[in-house]
Amino acid sequence: FAGLADVSIAEDIPVEGEITIPVGSHSPDEDYSTLDEPVRDTIMRDLKAVGKKFVHVMYPKKSSALLRDWDLWGPLVLCVSLALMLQGGSADSKEDGGPQFAEVFVIIWFGAVVITLNSKLLGGTISFFQSLCVLGYCVLPLTVAMLVCRLVLLAGSGTVSFIIRLIVVVAMFAWSTLASTAFLADSQPPNRKALVVYPIFLFYFVISWMILTFTPQ
Amino acid sequence: MAAVDDLKFQEFDDAANLLAANPDATTISIDEPAEIPKNQHSRRQEPGREEDDELLGTDDSDKTELLAGQKKSAPFWTFEYYQTFFDVDTYQVLDRIKGSVFPVPGKNFVRLYIRSNPALYGPFWICATLVFTIAVSGNLSNFFIHLGKPTYHYVPEFRKVSIAATTIYAYAWLVPLALWGFLMWRNSKVMNIVSYSFLEIVCVYGYSLFIYIPTAILWIIPQKVVRWVLVMFSLCLSGSVLVMTFWPAVRDDNRRIALATVGTIVLLHALLAVGCLAYFFDAPELDFPAPVIPAHNVSTIVTKS
Repeated sequence: FAGLADVSIAEDIPVEGEITIPVGSHSPDEDYSTLDEPVRDTIMRDLKAVGKKFVHVMYPKKSSALLRDWDLWGPLVLCVSLALMLQGGSADSKEDGGPQFAEVFVIIWFGAVVITLNSKLLGGTISFFQSLCVLGYCVLPLTVAMLVCRLVLLAGSGTVSFIIRLIVVVAMFAWSTLASTAFLADSQPPNRKALVVYPIFLFYFVISWMILTFTPQ
Repeated sequence: MAAVDDLKFQEFDDAANLLAANPDATTISIDEPAEIPKNQHSRRQEPGREEDDELLGTDDSDKTELLAGQKKSAPFWTFEYYQTFFDVDTYQVLDRIKGSVFPVPGKNFVRLYIRSNPALYGPFWICATLVFTIAVSGNLSNFFIHLGKPTYHYVPEFRKVSIAATTIYAYAWLVPLALWGFLMWRNSKVMNIVSYSFLEIVCVYGYSLFIYIPTAILWIIPQKVVRWVLVMFSLCLSGSVLVMTFWPAVRDDNRRIALATVGTIVLLHALLAVGCLAYFFDAPELDFPAPVIPAHNVSTIVTKS
């Protein structure tokens, strides 16, 4: 340090400048400004996220949108609309009719929770809400099937309509199961995949059965 | 090898004393596989007891039992504790299901499949599948039976799912609880060579219910004879699994109590099967007014029987 002994910083020279690295672009969630944005923007952003996930379910490929940015709005909307469409059965009679609104709701949510717990107990690496999100979103094909069934039943309820409904429900059931398996199977230990997939199969089978046996009064 | 001999003698002594106090303790035996210290202690060797050895298993299962005992050491409020109850692979579950459907005479289900690793996956999901199978098959069968009638309006009968769920889960979990309590009580009075933990009893009951799943599907066939043949057949298969499991546990007891226990087990199992058949599946011939209906296949076959 011999050569530096006489170097000193003069006190009257101001030291200034930026130490931080300038950020090229603003980060997506400028958390201070969403309070000021119009409500429409907020709602549209969430709606777009939900819609994007719907698209991912209908064309399941290895995308991480469903897993990384999980949300439960989509499953809630799907569950409520499915439960509502399953009404209109024997709401007034005392005999055994179709499932009530609360029964459908409980079956879907309780079933999804049980399947999630099952996969976590078997050693899966997916988080609780991610799994709920995937299972809920994959009810979308079955909701579409329910819609189609109600439309077909408006036209008539004979054997032909039953066959159409059967084909549609079976196809959508297969689609749901394959979509959710595509998202969930990778996070399971390899020698237990079948143990995790079977309850998912049972879950969508029960929902499909409820849709297929729907009879309007 | 004086050291080995000393070790051998001490272990034998310990095993004898410990077994008198606590029959459920795990033991390690370093001697040859032919000797089973517990067996030698509890009674004199009699001819015809070779089946005991098979039913009790070999030393390998004792060693794995020790390892299994070490597994469940996480405190009960952590998630890992509950993960130890689900530590099965696919092939293990399939093996256990196969073992319950094809019971090998003389082989104890618990010893053979479960002693190392009782897991709750099988019982829980077999019960769930059975609940929905019975509800769906019952609904389908009633639909086909009443198909020809003009006054019949199809209803999905969703109430029955909750009834089925309550019944089957109560049977699969409360009866093992009662049986376990009863065996523990008898164990305190009469020292048995075999005693089961609560999880193992739940496992046996769960896997023994598996045979009812294809039976329930076949019950859709609307013929009384077929249904009762199916009931008998599945009752024999799953009943034999239960009997072969529990007979060694009560055999040393008072003869009447042992027979009463095994009899109750089989009776409850039969009640479950017959009750499900009676409640969820309408009888095929009840709803046909005699000459009025058009020639329906079922009615002609039914009148033939």
